[in-house]
Amino acid sequence: MKLRRILVQAQDFEPGAELALLGNEETGGIASFIGIVRAAQADARRVVALTLEHYPGMTEKALDRMAAEAESRWELTGCTVIHRIGRLLPGDNIVFVAASSPHREAALQATAFLIDWLKTSAPFWKVEEFETGEREWVTARALDEAVAMAWNT
Amino acid sequence: MKILYFAWLREKVGVAEENLALPGEVRTVQDLIDWLKLKSPGHDAAFGNARLIRCAVDQDFATVDSRIEGAKEVAFFPPVTGG
Repeated sequence: MKLRRILVQAQDFEPGAELALLGNEETGGIASFIGIVRAAQADARRVVALTLEHYPGMTEKALDRMAAEAESRWELTGCTVIHRIGRLLPGDNIVFVAASSPHREAALQATAFLIDWLKTSAPFWKVEEFETGEREWVTARALDEAVAMAWNT
Repeated sequence: MKILYFAWLREKVGVAEENLALPGEVRTVQDLIDWLKLKSPGHDAAFGNARLIRCAVDQDFATVDSRIEGAKEVAFFPPVTGG
């Protein structure tokens, strides 16, 4: 029985409970990644909050497709993708991805794939508020695109 | 057809979505962009830099060459920044 758990939600998630859902007799290991809202920016400005918006309907479809792609590439017993939306503060959880497999290599690789692809193929957008009072939409990084594309070579 | 805008495109256009009857000659995403730009200064500003515009037709990522005849909704947004 394969678990595929896709959630887009305002509320926080509980990593321990999420990992527990992925454990079962067929699973040899679980890998996971948690994204956290970071205050420090490369230009030394500090973020006081960020707000995430998404495209309801398309987001769930895109994440589901991404999970299906991971399942087709690796032998997985389960995978979970949770993305928060709304206004978040530094230190808050923002995203959780995890994959379980009979073998650690598959779980680790699938987890990296899921977070890399999520960054470039799911319709989320962030706007940051700085301690100076400025408010700016985050711009996409070419590096993220290159990292995601590398899974196709 | 339902047209949706997200992130700073929404802020520039001034609305999150609009229902529009498109003229018959609007067949592709690019045709739609060219037509929308004439609607208001906000629309024109939103579509000012083509390099920063991404789109979806019926909730699938699309390109400016994608056909939109028969589509229910077309969405415009900047490159995604989730994760």
